[in-house]
Formats: sequence, C-alpha cells, structure tokens
Amino acid sequence: MTTQHQGFSAEVARARTIRYTWWLAALAVIVVISTVRLYTGADRITAPGTLRAAIIGACPILLAGLGGLWAERAGIVNIGLEGQMLLGTWGAAFFAYHYGPLAGVLGAALMGLLGGLLHAIATVSFGVDHIISGVAINIVGLGAIGFLAKTTFDDLEGGGPRNLSGYSTPPEFTVPLVADGARSLADRNWFIISDVAGAIAGVTTRLSLLTVLTFVLVGVTAWVLWRTSFGLRLRSCGENPQAAETLGIDVYRYKYVAVLISGAFAGLGGAYLAMVASSSFTVGQTGGRGYIGLAAMIFGNWRPSGVLTGSLMFGYTDGISLLSNSGVLVHALLLLVAIGLAVFAVLKLRAAEKITAAVMAGLSIGAFVWYFSSDSVNTSFTGMTPYVVTLFVLAVFSQRLRMPAADGQQYRRGGAG
Amino acid sequence: MSEREKAPAGGSATPAARRIAGSVVSGLLPPLVAVVAAMLATSVLIAAFGGSPGDFLQVIFSVPNDRVLLTIINQSAMLSISGIAAAIGFRMGLFNIGVEGQYIVGSCAGAFFAGSGLVAGPLNILATLVVAALAGAAYASIAGLLKVFRGVSEVISAIMLNYIALTMAGYLVTKYGQASGYTFTTERLPLDAQPLGFKIFADAPGDVWALSSLALILGIGYWFLIARTRFGFELRVTGASSTAALASGVNVKRMTLITMALSGAVAGLVWMPAYFGSVHTFGVPENFQAGLGFLGLAVALLGRNRTLGIFFAAALFAFLSGQSNNLQSAGIAKDVIDITQGTTVLAVVVAYEVVGRRRARSEAERVSRQLEAERAEVVAS
Repeated sequence: MTTQHQGFSAEVARARTIRYTWWLAALAVIVVISTVRLYTGADRITAPGTLRAAIIGACPILLAGLGGLWAERAGIVNIGLEGQMLLGTWGAAFFAYHYGPLAGVLGAALMGLLGGLLHAIATVSFGVDHIISGVAINIVGLGAIGFLAKTTFDDLEGGGPRNLSGYSTPPEFTVPLVADGARSLADRNWFIISDVAGAIAGVTTRLSLLTVLTFVLVGVTAWVLWRTSFGLRLRSCGENPQAAETLGIDVYRYKYVAVLISGAFAGLGGAYLAMVASSSFTVGQTGGRGYIGLAAMIFGNWRPSGVLTGSLMFGYTDGISLLSNSGVLVHALLLLVAIGLAVFAVLKLRAAEKITAAVMAGLSIGAFVWYFSSDSVNTSFTGMTPYVVTLFVLAVFSQRLRMPAADGQQYRRGGAG
Repeated sequence: MSEREKAPAGGSATPAARRIAGSVVSGLLPPLVAVVAAMLATSVLIAAFGGSPGDFLQVIFSVPNDRVLLTIINQSAMLSISGIAAAIGFRMGLFNIGVEGQYIVGSCAGAFFAGSGLVAGPLNILATLVVAALAGAAYASIAGLLKVFRGVSEVISAIMLNYIALTMAGYLVTKYGQASGYTFTTERLPLDAQPLGFKIFADAPGDVWALSSLALILGIGYWFLIARTRFGFELRVTGASSTAALASGVNVKRMTLITMALSGAVAGLVWMPAYFGSVHTFGVPENFQAGLGFLGLAVALLGRNRTLGIFFAAALFAFLSGQSNNLQSAGIAKDVIDITQGTTVLAVVVAYEVVGRRRARSEAERVSRQLEAERAEVVAS
C-alpha cells in the first residue's frame, strides 16, 4: 500500500516537473525572442500590429488544421480541405451580403459541410482512396466558386464576375483599458515586458468575434475528442475501426460525422478569410491555406494543442509577409531560427542522436552564415516557411510523430472477424 | 454487364471471348458512366442557378473550330505526359501528387537552360529536355528519399514540395530573369532553337507544336517499360503487393527511389511542348500554365494507367477545357468545366469501386457454387 502510494506521489511529482519544465521553456523562448529583438533592432518582431497580423494569419490555418484533425482522428485523410475552404469563402460572401454576418458565417460552414459530405460519400460509403477524392474535391471546389461567383455576384452592387465586396462582417471589439495599457507598455521597448505587452495588445485590439470563436473551437475540439465518450468512439474509428465495430460502434456514422465537421471547420476557415482577413471575396483567395492547415496538423502531431502551436507559427510567417518592408523583419527572424536550431542540436547531442545533432548543427551554422552575410531576406521565403518547416519536422521527427493507426485506410463494414 | 449475360445466350462464345467481352464492358462502362454522370451533375447545377443546361451542352458538344481544335490537340499532348508521369507512380502504388511541383521545377530549369543558349542550334532542344527531366527527377527524389529513409508519406511531402517549387520558381525568375513589363521572365529561347510545328491543315490559325509528339513517344515508351521489361514487371508486382515483391527478391526501396525519379523525370517534361511551341519563356504566373500536374493525376485515374486510356482521357479533358472557352458567350463561367472534370474523376473511381466489388462478389459466388457442385459429386459417388 505504501509503495503504491509512493509510486503515485512520484508520478504527481514528475507531472509537476514536466509542467514546470514547460513553463521554463516558454520563458526561455520569450527571453531569446526579446534578446534577438534588442540585438537586431527589429522592434516590429513583437509589435502589437505584427502580432495582430499574426493572429489573423493564424486563424484560417487553425480552422483548417482543426478540420483536418477531426477527419483524421476518425481515420479519413481530408486533402479536400482546400476545396472546402474555397466553398466557405463563397458561402460567407453570398449569405453575408444577403442576410447579414451571422448568416455569412453559418453559410460558410454549411458550404464547407457540403464539401465534406461529398468526401464522406466517396471515402466512407464507396471506399474510394482518400487522396483521390480530396484532389477531385479541390478541383470541383475551385470550379464551383468560379461558376457561383459569376452567376450570383456579377449583377450585384460591389460585385464582379470573380469578386464581391460591400457585405457586413462580424463585429470587432477592443478590450478596454487592457489594450491601451499594454500598447503603451509595448511602445517602451523594454526587455521582455514590452514583448509580452505587445502580444497582449495585439490580441486585445480590434478583436473579431470570429477570432474568439476560432480559439473557443480549439478548446471545444480538445474537450469533445478527448473528454467525452463520443470523442473516444470517434477516435477509436481512426485507430482500429474493426475493434470499434466489434464493440457495437456504428463506424460509418462516426466517420460521416467527423468528415462533415471537418468540412464545416474548413468552411469557417474560408469565412475567416473572406470576412476578417479581408472584407471582400475573390475567387481563389485561400492560396493553399487548406494545405498549410494540413501541415499544421502534422506539425502538431494530430493534437489540438499542437495544431494551435503550428498554426500560430505558420500564421506569424503568413501575417508578416503582408507587412510593408518585411524583408528586414524576416532577416531578424533568421537569427531566431539559427539559435533555435543550435539549441535543438545541443538537445539532440545530449540524447545521443549524433547524426540528427550534426544535421541540426549544420543547418544552424548555415542560418547564422546567411544572417551575417545579408541585410534582408526575400519575402518569397517567408511564404515558403510553413512548407519547409513541415518537411523538416517530418524528416527529423518522423519517428516521434504518431498519426491515428488506421488513418487513410479503407474500412468496410463487416470487415471484422 | 448486359453483354456478359448475352454472350452465353449466343451459345457459340468461348469462355475466353466471354471474359474479354466482360473486361471490355467493365473497363469501358465506368468511364462512360462517369462522364455522363458528370455532365448531368454540371447541368443540374447550372439549372439550379437559373442558367440553361441546354446552352451548356450545345456549346460543349458543338464542332470545335480550327483554333480550338489546335488547342485541344496541344493540351491533350501535355495532359498525356502529365498523366503518364502520374501513372508510373500509380502502377507501383505510389501517389505522386507532386507531379505539379516537379513540372514547375522542370519547366523553370529547362527554360533557364534553353534561354541561356549554352548549346547552340537545334541541339539545344535535346539538351533542354534532358535538363528538364533531370530537374524533375531530382525534385521528385526528395520525396522518394524521405519515404525510403525516413518513412515520410510521399503524399504529404510532395504537397509541401509543390508549394516550395512554385515559390522558388517565382523567386528565381525575379532574381535571375529579366523584367518584361511588370513581370519577370527567363531569357527568351534563341530563334535557332525554335522548332517548326506541324501544319495539320491548310490555312490553320496555328501549329500543332513539334514537341507535342513527345506525348506519343513517351506513351509508347511507357507501355514498353511497363508491359515488356523486367523493371516494369517488378514495378507492377510491387504495386500489387510490396510484401510479396520483397519476398520474391525485389528491392522495394530501390524500386521506390527509381520509380519516383522516373515519374518526376516525365513530369519535368510536361510543359516542354508549350515552351518550345509558343511561349518561349518562363515566368509565373503569366508565362506558365499551372495546374496540369493535378489534372494529370485525374487523367491517369480516368485512363486506368494504360497508355491508350491516358491518351483518351487526356483528349477528353482537353476537349472539355477547349470547348469551355466558348461558354462565356453563353453567359456561363468557363470554370464550370472544372466541376465537370472533378466530378468525372470522383464518379469514375466510385464506378470502378462498385464494379470491382460486384466482380469480387460474383467471383466468390461462382467459386462457392463450383465447390458445392464438386462436393455433391463426391457424395454421389
């Protein structure tokens, strides 16, 4: 009894240590960022405006990533996120123009859901290869909104054959006191304090309700998938559908629900692009963010907190590429990347993974050389960041990543036993 | 299906003939059904939004004029090459979704090389093709290496590589190309390396590009490689079952690397007909045709990875795209043809799946009937 008790308290202590380590790591990251900011003089790294742009860049990616998470947790790979997002942009513009912003958001989710339904019918009911169906949906999605825009927006005021503006968007609000206080602190350029204040000011200024909804949905996703029996059953369909079937779970139904939710999330991502990131609709304005969402999900190891981290990181690079004269800013970030890689190299060396450590160290040196031999980085490279980072993570940490065991596999009812 | 039932009624048909007839039906019926279903779905959508499906069908099925006909021929050549690139992967169970990225890289490298005029005269064409193919192969090999040595899914890495390719090409052209108006392009192809096209009919408004013939050459080469060589056999075996291939001495890892590189090499050539035929320079997005890679996947699927099937599917897709240019006059956005193409792919894979399941079931039934009959015989004796 005593040993058991001791084992339990040791576990609690270890959990506490892990949490403590995380906080310490977060603090270290902030210190490094702040130091880099002071050293390079690129104060805009943590300026409220930059972080606001980062949040706006992150949200569509986050919604797409969560959409991918829902589908893949039930074992369906959803490459069609891009197409479903595109459908969402049209849905948002159309319904918001005619019936107001709330209808716009719902309409976008509905259009995404329709795209998801198509994917579910093909992959779940007919057992079609998930990737093929996704590619087809992306082709159909782009064609559909091109057709729909010409048909429904051409004659409207503020509309054209490929665009629409002049619809109302979800309300924005600024948190009183906090936003102003944080902003004035951020302007002082103090070590650490101003960086944290910049982040707070960026988050609390002109905050769209849709942004709030996005972050709430992260929590909802995590809670539903990991804390409810519905979520457990849904995930069991992604891990071992045959076993789930023997336990009496209607696997088809769970897969359908998951893919429909996935499509709706992607549609919301489209709404965010057409209503918050910009206030007008253009054909093809997703620019591959569905795929970046997929990348964020893989980067995040198929977990909501990971998707959030990945989206914020990718959103930051996406957001700053829109700022003026961002080459200098990206150049400063290069130093950050170099330091980060060096830290990883040391960690890997301590874990006795010599080859990985050597590769990391090499890349780190390369980044340092690049940093000190140039004054500015072409913004093309910023847009590329999510893809390069994901490739890098896949190549280096592929052993650490764990996707749902039956992800992407065909499942047919009655296959068990 | 109906022909298969009719054959035994004729009495004279041998089992072999019946099997051939059956496979013809099950091979041709799904694409046909898919195309019809896709046209129907598109028409319904047009009608739902107050358009006239009659106008749509009339425009699509009108006789193409000379200019459109040329476009169709040239586009189907490029789509065929793209389809062959995808098919090489498919036959081995590799989903090379990176055809898009590989042909961007191949086009960019090829255009830079050809424009530089390092090799003088017509030999430049040959050298450029080699460069483009090598660039595509090298780029595809990144995904291949990641799959073999790090276990990374080729689909995921190729999606990332597609975007990196597009951005890198844009960057390289801006950095090392020349300004033309507001955009940047590679140096123009020297005149002595511009091949003459084929004039297929008198006073035609343009040519069939010389390098469109590349599609025929690659198509025949693909057939020969897959059907007549040991490499092709091993490739198909690995596609059917990689564990069985491994057990019978095929080096699956090596096969994966070679197949990926081969697929990428063909992908690198996709845009070459257009480059040498009419564009003569490369620059994104104005002087380039993006999207052929994804359509190539669709063409390979529709054509069941067979040479003739790919040619047919490419011609169909090129026909639809070519005819859609006239839709504007009927007041319908030409984008609508993307819906038809996407739905065709979706419908054809569903149809193959259904046919496959039905065949598996009927085969299982036949076997069990036979077993039952044999058992009855044993009992009777």
